[in-house]
Amino acid sequence: MLMKRIIPCLDVKDGRVVKGVRFQGLRDGGDPVELARRYYADGADELVFLDITAGLEGRRTVGELVAKTARTVFVPLTVGGGICSVADARRLLRSGCDKVAVNTAAVRRPELLSELADGFGRQCVVLAVDALRTETGYRVVVDAGRTVTELELTDWLRRGQALGVGEILLTVINADGRQEGYDLAGLRQAGAVCRVPVIASGGMGTAAHMVDAVAAGADALLAASVFHYGRYTVRSLKAELSRRGVEVRPC
Amino acid sequence: MIGVVDYGAGNLRSLENALAAVGLPSRRVSRPGVLSRCSRLVLPGVGHFGAAAAALQSSGMAAALQTWVRSNRPFLGICLGLQLLFEASDEAPGASGLGVWPGRCRPFDADCLKVPHMGWRTVHMSTGPEIPAAYFVHSYYVPIDAGPRQWDWRGTARYGVEFLAAGRSGALTGCQFHPEKSGPRGLDFLKEVLSC
Repeated sequence: MLMKRIIPCLDVKDGRVVKGVRFQGLRDGGDPVELARRYYADGADELVFLDITAGLEGRRTVGELVAKTARTVFVPLTVGGGICSVADARRLLRSGCDKVAVNTAAVRRPELLSELADGFGRQCVVLAVDALRTETGYRVVVDAGRTVTELELTDWLRRGQALGVGEILLTVINADGRQEGYDLAGLRQAGAVCRVPVIASGGMGTAAHMVDAVAAGADALLAASVFHYGRYTVRSLKAELSRRGVEVRPC
Repeated sequence: MIGVVDYGAGNLRSLENALAAVGLPSRRVSRPGVLSRCSRLVLPGVGHFGAAAAALQSSGMAAALQTWVRSNRPFLGICLGLQLLFEASDEAPGASGLGVWPGRCRPFDADCLKVPHMGWRTVHMSTGPEIPAAYFVHSYYVPIDAGPRQWDWRGTARYGVEFLAAGRSGALTGCQFHPEKSGPRGLDFLKEVLSC
């Protein structure tokens, strides 16, 4: 069995880790480099930095954070937020990250995905998708949760894979930040059309939620608040997942 | 001094950081002329077999690396760097690898498996303890019937098929996983392979 990856996510704004509840009401969660080191030492299998700073200046900060983190953290690093071009991606990959996650820019201009896959290989390209559960199905949302598009989730996932993405990071906004569990129906729908790994994101509150997400088809499990605010360490979480029959990397 | 072969592909920074973390100084080498300043070489790699093979050919590094390996000097190929040690790959049917080990790289069956193979997996060693978890990310693999007639040791893993995860023959070592991304155990592996 491929071990299920546990991925702490650091939402970074102006150089600090924050975590929103439904993308609103940001709270300060700490120094990103320090947190990244702690999560690595604790057994994190990967780390994701999501840059939620607006504007170019802040994005440069994330490049520096990644470069600093990569000196002492030896697991894969993914950076997302504001990546609009091959040049943006190259700058971040050079600073030491392994994968870039694109979201809004790919919806606006899907060819970006094939440009990135051609430039760096598909294993470098993560399609981050924010989805909103509506009465008529899951809709793709862009602009950090502000704009609901007409795009249907599985259509977009199929298209993204055809354009060459190597991994999907799926956040269902209805569940995000509530710590009541991942949106399992959304995960199942994604799993049914994905031939690349799917990272479940949004809603993790307990180890049981991760067990459910694995059953719904997730290959990797992303969480933020439970780690930032100390409900679990990566180590304690993995121990519990292991007891519940989910194979994880021993730490 | 460890030479990290730079052929214009992938992220060398992670590998350099990892070497520094285990106290092994390194420099990038992109031309045959600077190889003489190195005691061992690492051929890293993420990317396309054909593009990498072409880049190594055009810079003259392919011939220089073949000479290096044939004179039994210490060499480590990582991921695509392992695959490039073989003769060819289905990823780029016309392209020639370094061909120091016989065999051809094959694609994972994308009809049955999620490809790329991405994540942590146990590596079973022919001698010594297993590596409990190493980080892999690749779409092509080296079949276990490929490689030298005699391995000093070999590690295998399974994803649909059993494949070569690592192996050593003489001064030549290759690993399909990324030791620079495999946490503390990966750093230990780098140190073991490159310090001896």
